[in-house]
Amino acid sequence: MTFSMLTPEFRIERDQERCIACQVCVRQCANDIHDYEADEDWVYSDHSRCVGCHRCVTLCPTGALTVRENPLDFRRNANWTATRLRDIYKQAETGGILLSGMGSDQAHPIYFDHLLLNASQVTNPSIDPLREPMELRTYIGRKPDRLEVSRGPGGLRLETQMAPQLVLETPIMFSAMSYGSISYNACLSLARAAQRSGIMYNTGEGGLHRDLYEYGSYTIAQVASGRFGVHSEYLETAAALEIKIGQGAKPGIGGHLPGEKVSADVSRTRMIPEGTDALSPAPHHDIYSIEDLSQLINALKEATDYKKPVGIKIAAVHNIAPIASGIARAGADYIAIDGLRGGTGAAPTIIRNNVGIPIELAIAAVDTRLRQEGIRNQVSLIAAGSIRNSGDVMKIVALGADAVYIGTSALVAMGCHLCQKCYTGKCNWGLATQDPYLTKRLNPEIGSRRLANLIRAWSLEIKEMLGGMGINAIESLRSNRDHLRGVGLNQGELDALGVKAAGMG
Amino acid sequence: MIDITRLENPYGDDKVFDACGIFGMMDTTGTRFSGHDVVTGLVNQTERGNGLGSGYAIYGCYPEHADCYAFHVMFTNPGNRPQVEARLKSEFVLVHAEEVPHHPTPELHDAPLIWRYFLRVDEQHPMVALLGELEYVVSRVMEINIAGMGAYIYSSGKNMGSFKGVGFPQQIADYFGVADYEGYIWTAHNRFPTNTPGWWGGAHPFGLLDWTVVHNGEISSYGANRRFLEMQGYHCTMTTDTEVMAYAADFLMRRHALPIELALKVLAPPLWDDIERMAPEEQALMRTVRQIYGGLLMNGPFTIILAHAGEMIGLTDRLRLRPIVAATSGSRLFVSSEEASIRLVQQDLDRVWSPVGGEPVIGRLGQPLSAVPAPPVARQQQPLPVGQL
Repeated sequence: MTFSMLTPEFRIERDQERCIACQVCVRQCANDIHDYEADEDWVYSDHSRCVGCHRCVTLCPTGALTVRENPLDFRRNANWTATRLRDIYKQAETGGILLSGMGSDQAHPIYFDHLLLNASQVTNPSIDPLREPMELRTYIGRKPDRLEVSRGPGGLRLETQMAPQLVLETPIMFSAMSYGSISYNACLSLARAAQRSGIMYNTGEGGLHRDLYEYGSYTIAQVASGRFGVHSEYLETAAALEIKIGQGAKPGIGGHLPGEKVSADVSRTRMIPEGTDALSPAPHHDIYSIEDLSQLINALKEATDYKKPVGIKIAAVHNIAPIASGIARAGADYIAIDGLRGGTGAAPTIIRNNVGIPIELAIAAVDTRLRQEGIRNQVSLIAAGSIRNSGDVMKIVALGADAVYIGTSALVAMGCHLCQKCYTGKCNWGLATQDPYLTKRLNPEIGSRRLANLIRAWSLEIKEMLGGMGINAIESLRSNRDHLRGVGLNQGELDALGVKAAGMG
Repeated sequence: MIDITRLENPYGDDKVFDACGIFGMMDTTGTRFSGHDVVTGLVNQTERGNGLGSGYAIYGCYPEHADCYAFHVMFTNPGNRPQVEARLKSEFVLVHAEEVPHHPTPELHDAPLIWRYFLRVDEQHPMVALLGELEYVVSRVMEINIAGMGAYIYSSGKNMGSFKGVGFPQQIADYFGVADYEGYIWTAHNRFPTNTPGWWGGAHPFGLLDWTVVHNGEISSYGANRRFLEMQGYHCTMTTDTEVMAYAADFLMRRHALPIELALKVLAPPLWDDIERMAPEEQALMRTVRQIYGGLLMNGPFTIILAHAGEMIGLTDRLRLRPIVAATSGSRLFVSSEEASIRLVQQDLDRVWSPVGGEPVIGRLGQPLSAVPAPPVARQQQPLPVGQL
């Protein structure tokens, strides 16, 4: 191996007085960091390959392990930070594009943390969700401009024919994560949790494993540029279809699932040869314009007899508002917008960290634009891109979203520790890997229960916050920016978000 | 594209938090009666106000100009009156104009100049042909209100009028001499705002065409409702949440031609759980109502009295977080925040009841009041005499 200028990122400290050489850490680490020397009955750690996933620390029965950031300090430099230097060393060694997993870890402004919610005091009563009904049910899909009724002998008759709708018991869904990028057990956990919670999960662009067909009514099936696993049965099985144009972590580029992750099962599901790289082109090769998108939307609707909503997923880019307007007019039933901080299994680091705009600004702009054009009712808006807690859900709904997608939060619920190495296929938590030795670490029953717990917990919190505002139905929060105030934002940002500064009445 | 930035405050919540007392009376035979009892009933609720607003809407008060739109225009900038009048004359046929009569009332100050204009629509006007008469009138009202001329048309129906201002119920009644008018529907309002700029346009009733609303409560969904209505071309200029209620009524019943019982289900819809228990057809209807008009669900505590020509409707929010009492006596229907107000002006009542949350009480011209549904167990008719408790 050639000489590397890279120093370890993490340092493993083993308390030898506590270590009983049980070798749990040795067996748990897919990066082969820990090694047992039988002669000495002693466990060594080579921390140069440690990714900081905490698997060994979490499972060590005696608490003998500590993982710290390696305290090697470069000479202080506000411009040339350690990360920038390390990136250059890596590229000088490899000549390649740097990859990352998960969403951007850069210190871009997080507008959620500069927005504050409102509550009732005196002039209107807050509502106690333990005593009064509190409605989170959300319908995703195109709504007509008006209601048509006729008066018959038996009273009023509904004449309006509604476009197909998805019903969600709470405005949260699991974001697109493909089989291939994540394990079968992770997919199964998501599917079961969606069923338990009355929400949807999303297949991502990896097709749908046959054993998951039974969860079809809780499934959104993606049709992406690689068209992996897309066939008529796949379309028929899902509750809704989603054309993936872009992803917040990598707007404008395609995807790449390394051949190592294309196991026999993944190969069958994706309909590609085993062990080959699965390459999604940057554009759909049949979509080079909005008219083309409209044709694909209609083709999918034709293929499924107009019984399923067809949505479009796009990354939040600079002129997101007119793009969304075009998509609404092209016939989409919903638009999912993925912001700058959105997650991924693998993306070029430079793109992940530098391309796109935050979801808060994107949703605010799109909601306002669609209202200016008088077509907000024609599409539902789904916000994605780092929704970290129920407060973020409330804030993005108040900015104009109908519902949210959560990806990273769902992975974290199943055990992810955000080491950002999803693209290596060595996920020690059994999530972003196809290695059977690793995937069996995730018990789908436990995984789905943890996910369902998360959805339940957030929903309870949302009800508490809504009740505090004196609101008992989520639709009364939608685009209700009066219930938001900004702190620490400049006027341009406040205007873009359409909120007042805190303290301004 | 709709210019939703053409507002005084594009994203502000200028809603005024208020508590308030409301009182409505209707004679379903159409017999007109003076405002004496209405003022008495409302004044009995003086505790529910703080002197920062009161008003009366009267239906049938202009029989001599019954076929004209009666515009009540408040001038915060009186110097602009000739300009506004010129505009009205160019857009309508002016039948009669006069200052709204008023009497000096020392307790009131800052009273704006208020004129009333009786107008006919010129059917030959190209815009009328394009928009239809009612839409034409609405768009003229909206345009003048947002034109920045300091002129606000706050009453624009035929053979009806709103009289309102900043003061206690008795003061406003005295100022306009409302007891001297006669009408077959009266709605009245006593206001308790907590952060009012104290301007006359912010008092209730609010109206558009002949729809008026008086409101007790706070609309927590105001921002969502306003954004829905802005998308439909309404402009919220009166800086209060009650305004959206009047525009919602206009939008649902005039523009979308929904029957009133359905329109009221938009404002206070049944819960999803209740919808699931309905018969399939009703279920589909209610689900669709909520799906399409979710943005007009009025959330938060409220009791309102809505009125237009021939109808008076009392309604509360789904949880009934503000009081409402309804009563009938012969052909007269009463809706009030407090039972005492009703009993003060009418001793012999046929029925007195508290309507269920979200269930409207509707009085309709020519329809006998026995048809108005009340809960199966109406409350005891006479309160116990004091001393027997």
